[in-house]
Amino acid sequence: MLVTLYRSAVGKKAVMAITGLALFGFVLGHMAGNFKLYLGAAELNHYAEWLREVGSPIFPHGSFLWIVRAGLLAIVGIHMLFAWQVTRLNWAARPVAYGERRNVDSPYASRTMRWGGVIILLFVLYHLAHFTWGLPWAHPDFVPGDVYHNVVAGFRVWPVSLFYIVAQGALALHLYHGLWSLFQSLGWTGSGRETWRRTFAKAFAAIVFAGNVSFPLSVLTGLVS
Amino acid sequence: MTLESKVPAGPLTEKWSRHKFELKLVNPANKRRFEVIIVGSGLAGGAAAATLAEAGYNVKCFCYQDSPRRAHSIAAQGGINASKNYQNDGDSVFRLFYDTVKGGDFRSREANVYRLAEVSEAIIDQCVAQGVPFAREYGGQLDNRSFGGAQVSRTFYARGQTGQQLLLGAYQALERQIAKGKVRMYPRTEMLDLVVHDERARGIVTRDMVSGKIESHTADAVVLATGGYVNVFFLSTNAKGCNGTAIWRAYRRGAYFANPCYTQIHPTCIPVHGDYQSKLTLMSESLRNDGRIWVPTAAGDARRPEEVPESERDYFLERKYPAFGNLVPRDIASRAAKEVCDEGRGVAHGGLGVYLDFEDAIRRLGVETIRDRYGNLFEMYERITGDDPYRTAMKIYPAPHYSMGGLWVDYDLMSTIPGLYVIGEANFSDHGANRLGASALMQGLADGYFVLPYTIGDYLSRHMGEGPLPTDHAAFGHVESEVRGRIEKLLSVGGARTVDDFHRELGRLCWDYCGMSRERGGLAKALEEIPRLRESFWRDVKVTGAGEELNQALEKAGRVADFMELAELMCRDALEREESCGTHFRKEFQTAEGEARRNDEDFTHVAAWEFTGDGNAPRRHVEELEFENVVPSQRSYK
Amino acid sequence: MKLHLRVWRQRRPDAAGAFADYDLDDVSPEMSFLEMLDVLNERLTLGGEEPIAFDHDCREGICGSCSLMINGTAHGPNRGTATCQLHMRTFADGDTLRIEPWRSAAFPVLRDLIVDRGAFDGIIQAGGFVSVNTGSAVEANLIPIGKPEADLAMDAAACIGCGACVAQCPNGAAQLFTAAKVSQLAILPQGRPERARRVLGMVRAMEESFGACSNFAQCEAVCPKSISIGFIARMNGEFLRAALAQPAAD
Ligand SMILES: Cc1cc2nc3c(=O)[nH]c(=O)nc-3n(C[C@H](O)[C@H](O)[C@H](O)COP(=O)(O)OP(=O)(O)OC[C@H]3O[C@@H](n4cnc5c(N)ncnc54)[C@H](O)[C@@H]3O)c2cc1C
Ligand code: FES
Repeated sequence: MLVTLYRSAVGKKAVMAITGLALFGFVLGHMAGNFKLYLGAAELNHYAEWLREVGSPIFPHGSFLWIVRAGLLAIVGIHMLFAWQVTRLNWAARPVAYGERRNVDSPYASRTMRWGGVIILLFVLYHLAHFTWGLPWAHPDFVPGDVYHNVVAGFRVWPVSLFYIVAQGALALHLYHGLWSLFQSLGWTGSGRETWRRTFAKAFAAIVFAGNVSFPLSVLTGLVS
Repeated sequence: MTLESKVPAGPLTEKWSRHKFELKLVNPANKRRFEVIIVGSGLAGGAAAATLAEAGYNVKCFCYQDSPRRAHSIAAQGGINASKNYQNDGDSVFRLFYDTVKGGDFRSREANVYRLAEVSEAIIDQCVAQGVPFAREYGGQLDNRSFGGAQVSRTFYARGQTGQQLLLGAYQALERQIAKGKVRMYPRTEMLDLVVHDERARGIVTRDMVSGKIESHTADAVVLATGGYVNVFFLSTNAKGCNGTAIWRAYRRGAYFANPCYTQIHPTCIPVHGDYQSKLTLMSESLRNDGRIWVPTAAGDARRPEEVPESERDYFLERKYPAFGNLVPRDIASRAAKEVCDEGRGVAHGGLGVYLDFEDAIRRLGVETIRDRYGNLFEMYERITGDDPYRTAMKIYPAPHYSMGGLWVDYDLMSTIPGLYVIGEANFSDHGANRLGASALMQGLADGYFVLPYTIGDYLSRHMGEGPLPTDHAAFGHVESEVRGRIEKLLSVGGARTVDDFHRELGRLCWDYCGMSRERGGLAKALEEIPRLRESFWRDVKVTGAGEELNQALEKAGRVADFMELAELMCRDALEREESCGTHFRKEFQTAEGEARRNDEDFTHVAAWEFTGDGNAPRRHVEELEFENVVPSQRSYK
Repeated sequence: MKLHLRVWRQRRPDAAGAFADYDLDDVSPEMSFLEMLDVLNERLTLGGEEPIAFDHDCREGICGSCSLMINGTAHGPNRGTATCQLHMRTFADGDTLRIEPWRSAAFPVLRDLIVDRGAFDGIIQAGGFVSVNTGSAVEANLIPIGKPEADLAMDAAACIGCGACVAQCPNGAAQLFTAAKVSQLAILPQGRPERARRVLGMVRAMEESFGACSNFAQCEAVCPKSISIGFIARMNGEFLRAALAQPAAD
């Protein structure tokens, strides 16, 4: 059963669709939480502390967060592993390249999934170094526990903000094609390509982009300080 | 040798069932001891290969395309007939039988045609079971249409792609047997000769079209299902690769060739547009259901069709055949179009075309209905010509389409060479002098699914335990070296004209003298010119490349070389048949109104030609046709 | 019309190939694309060169033989059109046309523009049929099939097996071809009893030779029969259902 799925690229794509959907859920939740930025330092810092609280008293303080993190890590790992395996299969499928090949009709987003994915991965690592671990090379001004301060101080450095914005662009493209694609990969019939699923994917990619980009922008423009 | 049709005795309706009972059977355990070669993977060959393999025989199947799925049957558009009488409009096995015999102008074998009508129903059942997506009514039942002027609706169809869907059904059945190891498929492999030893067909010699290797294949029986030969005309509705090589080589090895002059010209094809034209595209006959055919009354009228007022249009089919109008049979429609063009009233390139006009139909039924019925055909037309048939009349002209003639076979579909069977369009069996629309698919599948699989057992059972002749036998070696010699000869001419150039010239000769209408003088002329052309071919053709490689020029050259010989036999047969019947229209034999006049007294027979050696005149044999159940009458569509 | 052609020439499967340049100055806009190549081939032959080998047969868009990559697009620029149905009026005087064979590991070049598409037959062998022997069919109208289902099955069944989907796909995937057959037979009641076995077998055969689907949808854009990628979704669904329903030991 699972072996059949694992042995086949169609199965792997389905798993990528599901893991992708989970990651999309995470991205949404992450963004929703970050909106607390607009409610002021107390709210945001309290929210950050609450994240460590959730699950207690069943789970000891902070441990539920680690369970979630481990889950996320596994999901990202599977998503990437399968992407890599499928990509290798695809590269092997056309050993001799065309002298000329046009991309008929396929949106730009669909063709940047691989490199877009890599950019997102690099971004996430940086993001962790920047705001979670507060490594000095990434965030010299890092104050553990004061999330609000870290965000504002971090985004004031405009090249950092710019990098965030670019990375959000990559994420939006990835989400756009991924969200549309997952219906295909999971066998949602009754299709054709210009359906509500395209609109759905576009809308959510746009929401995530706008929401996430608003943080560095509002810091840069002084809206949040 | 006398021609033994082996039609079983007894009443027409019982012949086939009684015969099936009398045929010797091969028991299941023994079937796997037999090898059968099937050349061709179209409806006839594909169906036969799959069915024989299902029964347990070991089959080797050959085709020249890269996959059996591409056989020319794929191109059939209109539909397939069967006497299901689902429409409750009075159809029956007998009516289908009668229509086919009459449509063939009383030049076919009654018993064969009856059997065809009888198995037609099982064909539809079989195809549906395979998943052929025939058109349906809203209630879920199969839909039918009337086709080619039939008075009943008995044609089953799958959009405009019936042949494709039927062929894919057979192809899938074939692939299933390939997967099981019961059929070995040889795509891109061309049969170049037949091996006959001890007066029995023993195998074939082929050329691997990729490596160029010449190989022998042996079997207990050989089946030819290689399709028709109208590419002898160069321009035809057939696929570019369709050829007469397999049947021609078999003819030269002793199989009789029956009625080569019966070639059908289809009335609704897209006219020629230039000298570079490579083939002609058929527009489905169903267009005649709603389109009206006309030409301007005055010769040389150069106005656009929509500018010609009603009073200056001649709807010549409606005028000449008020009862059937635009729906007269193919041969009659084609000839009428040729006549008006001969009078200088033709339209399109070189004055060789007539209008097929939907203006009235659109006015009467609305654009949407017309789009529903013919949308894909209109698109196809526009793609080719650049004209939009919703706005302007289509132009059409007749084109060679189908060969009723072919290798002579008996009731068991065996040729005059024991062990050599011929099925589908390659044989001459069921359509007489003219084929009805939607009946070729029926015949191909009847032969392949339901006739040959029974009859071949009778022959095989008589050779139980003998085994195929080994390919290192001298009989194979001899044919192989002949084949090699011929290839070397073609490659070494080194002349100055291309193969296509010769083919085009041959086609023009055939079209001019042995096309829609024929006469003694023209045929005699063709019989002088064809040998001359053939001679110049062997002196002046240029075939590039080598034998041991993929070489399309060489493939073509071999086929055209055979057409050069076949064309001569076709003209000879047309000359000797001193009557008009079906598609064979001899100007000397027509009624006062210009209709075909048969000569039942002298020509109610099949003419079967025997090869007597290069340079010798072939010998004409006859198989008398007896009509016990229908009375030959003058076809009248007035 | 004057045209400049850059055509892939390769003598044998194992030989190295290269583009060769040809100029044509007497092309009629009414010609079909393949007739244009015929004219060039006649000229080459008379000049003592070998003609360009290309696959073709029906020349009316149904057999699926013709298979040319024209300026980077399988079957050229027109939608829903096979190479053989393409006419020169589509191009402009002075155009340069680059003509290449399909490129896929599963479709090795045999000569010039001809490739071997046998892998497609392999996919059909792995289950693209209904297992019914001749003679064992029931009366046709005993299987009622609604018109919408019949029409949908026909949409899928229209595939001509030309390989343009593979040729165009950046991944060299054969999803559209495979999905068309899987879908046709899954939609029709006749195909249902074997549907799980069929889709598992066909997908496995497909993945042995071809790339995977990234939902680029370029296949649909170049398909001469405009077959919808919706069928790919259907195949994925069929596959997942079959795989998940499989006993764990399998
Ligand atoms: C455009 C068109 C539309 C038509 N529409 C209809 C219709 O609507 N209804 C209808 O009933 N009929 C129709 N017909 C006629 C019908 O399609 C054919 O008569 C029928 O399909 C022939 O089937 P077949 O199996 O005998 O031969 P084919 O399908 O022609 O198959 C011949 C096979 O033989 C192989 N072959 C040939 N020569 C060699 C060789 N030398 N070596 C190896 N292999 C060889 C080929 O590869 C191929 O596999 C149409 C025909 C055309 C041209
Ligand atoms: S040649 Fe048959 S589809 Fe193009």
